[in-house]
Amino acid sequence: MANDQIKYVTAPKVEDTRKKYCRFKKNGIKYIDYKDANFLLKFINDQGKVLPRRLTGTSLKFQRKVAQAVKRARHIGLLPYVTDSLK
Amino acid sequence: MQQYEIVIVLTPLLSVEVAAEAIAKYSRVLTDNGAEIVQEDNWGLRKLAYPIQKKTTGYYHLTEFRASGDLINKLEIELRRDERVLRFLTIALDKHAIAYNEKKRSGAFNQKKPVKTEEAAR
Repeated sequence: MANDQIKYVTAPKVEDTRKKYCRFKKNGIKYIDYKDANFLLKFINDQGKVLPRRLTGTSLKFQRKVAQAVKRARHIGLLPYVTDSLK
Repeated sequence: MQQYEIVIVLTPLLSVEVAAEAIAKYSRVLTDNGAEIVQEDNWGLRKLAYPIQKKTTGYYHLTEFRASGDLINKLEIELRRDERVLRFLTIALDKHAIAYNEKKRSGAFNQKKPVKTEEAAR
């Protein structure tokens, strides 16, 4: 009788139907250009920090390459190391 | 032999001719030591993302070349000694990078770019 009412210990997860994917894998991009600062802007937040994979959906392989490209771009002055007003 | 790419940032205090001359000097260092220059690209005066040596702009120049590894050391020593050079970055290119650069040179890049931005909008 008591089993008629289903109670959850934790709230049931509402599935986000949009699945994240790695845009590099999907589009077959194999090289990330550190000279293309506008493209790299998609992977950093407005403080100039690299966004985590859980937000961008990038695969680990390409996340490492993104990070490397961002660091290179910072070195030659295409992206800032620290800022508050990017984007 | 390995393919490399170097970005040199020069101080904005130079006149255009002096900057071009400084770049030509480093191209000479490369060719004199048996390197083969694949491509050169002058980006001109650009704004820096943050001040370097109290300067907010810089002359950017990109050179792609094929050389043996010990030449890199020679070139970088020259660059470090030069006060006109704000920054430089040498990268060894892998096969994907070479393919990308060739594509960019042949003009396929202009078609490739909108694909990327389209992807971000989604």
